[in-house]
Amino acid sequence: MKYLDEFSDPALAKRLVDEIHAATTRPWAMMEVCGGQTHSIIRHGIDQLLPDGVEMIHGPGCPVCVTPLEVIDRALAIAARPGVVFCSFGDMLRVPGSGQDLFSVKSAGGDVRVVYSPLDALKIARDNPDKEVVFFGIGFETTAPANAMTVHQARRLGVRNFSLLVSHVLVPPAIAAIMESPTCRVQAFLAAGHVCSVMGTSEYPPLAEKYRVPVVVTGFEPLDILEGVRRTILQLEQGRHEVENAYPRAVRDEGNLPAMEMLRDVFEVTDRTWRGIGVIPGSGWRLSEKYAEFDAERRFDVAGIRTAESSLCRSGDVLQGLIKPHECAAFGKECTPRNPLGATMVSSEGACAAYFTYRRLELVDAK
Amino acid sequence: MCLAVPGRVLSTAEVDGALMAQVDFGGVRKEVCLQYIPDAEIGEYVVVHVGFAIQRLDEESAWRTLANFEKLGLLEEEFGDGFELAARQRESVEGTGL
Ligand code: SF4
Repeated sequence: MKYLDEFSDPALAKRLVDEIHAATTRPWAMMEVCGGQTHSIIRHGIDQLLPDGVEMIHGPGCPVCVTPLEVIDRALAIAARPGVVFCSFGDMLRVPGSGQDLFSVKSAGGDVRVVYSPLDALKIARDNPDKEVVFFGIGFETTAPANAMTVHQARRLGVRNFSLLVSHVLVPPAIAAIMESPTCRVQAFLAAGHVCSVMGTSEYPPLAEKYRVPVVVTGFEPLDILEGVRRTILQLEQGRHEVENAYPRAVRDEGNLPAMEMLRDVFEVTDRTWRGIGVIPGSGWRLSEKYAEFDAERRFDVAGIRTAESSLCRSGDVLQGLIKPHECAAFGKECTPRNPLGATMVSSEGACAAYFTYRRLELVDAK
Repeated sequence: MCLAVPGRVLSTAEVDGALMAQVDFGGVRKEVCLQYIPDAEIGEYVVVHVGFAIQRLDEESAWRTLANFEKLGLLEEEFGDGFELAARQRESVEGTGL
């Protein structure tokens, strides 16, 4: 167990791993939904500490990876316009659109800025009343409250030169879509802790019941993940399928009530395309009618853009857990973090990038 | 971007009608919106995601998490210069060749 000394508490890590081994009597496949968890699992080799036959399937929970290509292309078109300041989180810069990425738009003279918080973009708008400032509002339920509050503030303060290009995605409909897929192998879910910090846990019991799968709310640090896996294995072995909160230090069952109230005011549920996967009904948020004037897609006419995905990229299969990244023929050859063909090779939370960064030497050895 | 980082509330103030706070993340200070954890008090720890506190956290777990993130270089990724990081990512991963 070469990895254990990297854990913040190796003795506790060992105890958790031992308990997992002792409890496991047969093969199981569980999915970690969140890309942050995928990163942590690969970085620390947690999947390699588990009993043979216990498989971690890496889910679609990297918002950078699932933001649909047409939205990326719209972002690129808006960012290239004169008079526009396009603000984004840093990890969207290198996500490939049909032709280029935000980084190259910036190199070609576009005013693309990286911000820490959407409120920074609102500040830029107030400081530059002669510019149109657009914020790229992507992310799961964790990120949505920040974007919601920012638009709410823009409206309240009358900041008319600010708008949001919104592509929010939601975890529970994605879990349902994964379970409905005929090729589904997933028997349990580690739910994303910080999504539940905002939304609470109440959306999950109906899913656990309907699909008869354990759902264990899990944190991101290596020990948190081991604890999530341990509780999941216990449920599977005992034939239970319940919602458990293995991350109570940051998740309350009721979630964050002020944030949920703001989300209900600013957003409404919409069907959303997930890159590589396709449309999942009711799986996204868009701005509600009350905030429509802040919708960048309405402010800038970007509807007619044609998109083209790389024909080599199998990120959809990766995101659905059908293949592991190195099983894609382009992995490490045509597709590397320097020249990513798919978004899963860009973000550090994307499964392809995580395998490339932490596993490529072993994968080469094994070839 | 998906990271949520624990930090300690140093001071609070109302700015443009929103409750804001100075928050210390193991040495890095940022202005954070407290609207979603409005009763957080000075000295308490909150979990912060893209400039917004989304939950509170006890001190011990906060420090453990911060130490862990520091070790993994995640704090720099979160608070560093985004363009520099993207450029570095583009260059550094090559060179060893696969
Ligand atoms: S390795 Fe590259 S081409 Fe293959 S699925 Fe991943 S991102 Fe797509």
